Amino acid sequence: MDNGANAAYSSGTARLTKTVPSRDQFVWMYERLTLIREFEERLKWLVETGVPVGAVHYYTGQEACAVGVCAALEQTDWIASTHRGHGHCIAKGVEVHRMMAELYGKITGTNRGKGGSMHITDVRVGMLGVNPIVGMGTTHAVGAALSAKVRRTQQVAAAFFGEGAASIGAVHEAMNLAAIWKLPVIFVCENNGYAQATPVEYAVSVPDIAVRAAAYGMPGVTVDGQDVLAVWEAADTAVRRARRGGGPSLIECKTYRYYGHHQGDDPHRYRSKEEEDAARQRDCIARFREYVLSNDLLSLEELASIDAANRTKINQAVAFAERSPLPDLSELYTDVFVPES
Amino acid sequence: MAMATAVRELTFSQAINEALRLEMRRDSTVVVLGEDVAGAAGRAHLGFVDAWGGPLRATRGLISEFGPERVLDTPIAEMGFVGAAVGAAMSGLRPVVEVMFVDLIGCCYDQIMNQAAKMHYMMGGQLDLPLVIRTAYGTRGDGKRTYGGGAAAQHSQTLYAVLAHIPGLKVVVPSTAYNAKGLTIAAIRDNGPVVILEHKFLGAAAKGHVPEEPYTVPIGRAEVVRRGRDVTICGIGRMTHVCLEAADLLATDGIDAEVVDVLTLSPLDESTILESVARTRRLIVVDEDTPTASVARDIAARVAEKGFDDLDAPIKTVTAPDTPVPFAAVLEAHYVPGAKQVIAAVHELFGTRA
Repeated sequence: MDNGANAAYSSGTARLTKTVPSRDQFVWMYERLTLIREFEERLKWLVETGVPVGAVHYYTGQEACAVGVCAALEQTDWIASTHRGHGHCIAKGVEVHRMMAELYGKITGTNRGKGGSMHITDVRVGMLGVNPIVGMGTTHAVGAALSAKVRRTQQVAAAFFGEGAASIGAVHEAMNLAAIWKLPVIFVCENNGYAQATPVEYAVSVPDIAVRAAAYGMPGVTVDGQDVLAVWEAADTAVRRARRGGGPSLIECKTYRYYGHHQGDDPHRYRSKEEEDAARQRDCIARFREYVLSNDLLSLEELASIDAANRTKINQAVAFAERSPLPDLSELYTDVFVPES
Repeated sequence: MAMATAVRELTFSQAINEALRLEMRRDSTVVVLGEDVAGAAGRAHLGFVDAWGGPLRATRGLISEFGPERVLDTPIAEMGFVGAAVGAAMSGLRPVVEVMFVDLIGCCYDQIMNQAAKMHYMMGGQLDLPLVIRTAYGTRGDGKRTYGGGAAAQHSQTLYAVLAHIPGLKVVVPSTAYNAKGLTIAAIRDNGPVVILEHKFLGAAAKGHVPEEPYTVPIGRAEVVRRGRDVTICGIGRMTHVCLEAADLLATDGIDAEVVDVLTLSPLDESTILESVARTRRLIVVDEDTPTASVARDIAARVAEKGFDDLDAPIKTVTAPDTPVPFAAVLEAHYVPGAKQVIAAVHELFGTRA
């Protein structure tokens, strides 16, 4: 397709010296990709065995998007997330035992059991909140970036949103604001093909959402969202640009969610088994394993030991959630109004 | 002859302007944003600056002192810039965002109702949300024009019930220059979201003594603005002036009315209202908003529930009718409650002539 205007904006961006991930970053990426997968697979098992964890939206399949972007961020940077937010939380460094406790509605949860899956937040690691009102998180990322600019902190903010949110006004208002104020925002569109049961080709007017960046005078790129290194490279470029005052960027990650919209959704009412199988052939973890092994970056033993450590971490998270106390009934009435400092 | 000490008077708008200016000087994290809060954005090099200053001109002059980085003109994008203010409040700023008219609240209601109001609670208290939303409300209703009218149904509303209804949101309605300054400063210093509703036609009209120094008027407290024995009349915003006017006229009829200025709609100061009713044994609530599911009826219900034994007569409300705000001046004047209706309601309570 013709995305000339967009290409012009992209090519106008001087690329800094191309960087490659360090060995530590490869280890971190693998550890986070698989920790997210392990968390979500365990969660799915818990749901299917009747543990009441509330409404959840599995991130399985999309891990490379969160990990690739967060690998380019510092812990002091901000992210704003979507309803499908567990992956973003883990990639930004939220502790899985506190996340699991939150899903169990326990007082030890990230949000003291008052938010659940759709509101997990941990400001200590720059996680501004899972946000299930589609698209709204993008405006909060713009606000965080404005805050960084006014306070001159050099922080950047990444705004995750889905291709479904690409149709909501808030996202476009956020992009325009970020562009006119040259704010350090990375807009990350995770195009997983479906807004609930509505396919992207029906609901979105262009094949590549990244071309819409041209409408706001910012660079836009479409990358393979099943390739963590491709996502990382695009994010790294965008973060560098943002940090040096170059303004916002849009990265569209073409990805796929392996399961339904939420735990109760049967995706085979709107997509074929063959399509799912084909997507799984491009699994981001399998491809990353192959890459690091074939390039002698990490050994099979190292990968196995990370896998084992993650399994232990998730076992411990579930045990922690199970043994944690429920909130006292008085919690219902606390934190309605923000107290005086 | 000794000169009387000059008492400095400001208009309602000037008082708000001074509150913003003082807090911006005191705290560099206070920023102001909204549509045309300055005006002529980015045109300083052409000699154009500060062309507007918001609908009440309450932000005029701020850009000259604090610059475009802290006085941010926004595009017409309420959902976007109120959302940005929410995000900024989550990450270290104290934004004061202006939504030109409360009628536009629908364009950004999610940011207020789902995001700002609930953030602190649903995140388990882990972050503060020091956000102020200023918005103009109200109908002219003075009937001074024979032809034409005011701003009609989408630019004249008193839409505070839809805000006061949301847990977590503080909602204040100043009535004088003095309390406008004090409530604005209190709102900026509050660590949570506060909506300030400013009556359009108090902006230049309400003039009064305002001390030069910063001070706060506490959020969550009503004020007895006129003492009386016979009946409590509660007013909100501009209606407080209507209540006072009615009270003066009632005095000539031998009825001694007490007037309570509600000032904060949420959290509502029940005890000041209940204490007043316990003294006067009668209550009338005067509200410019439409009555169904309104603040007026909420106050009436609370007093009926908690102060029933103190009442010698049924509670009455004097409100706008359940209609949109009309355009024609004659209809508009008929829409807004005035002293005449308040006096009639009082006489009805006492079984005396109007």
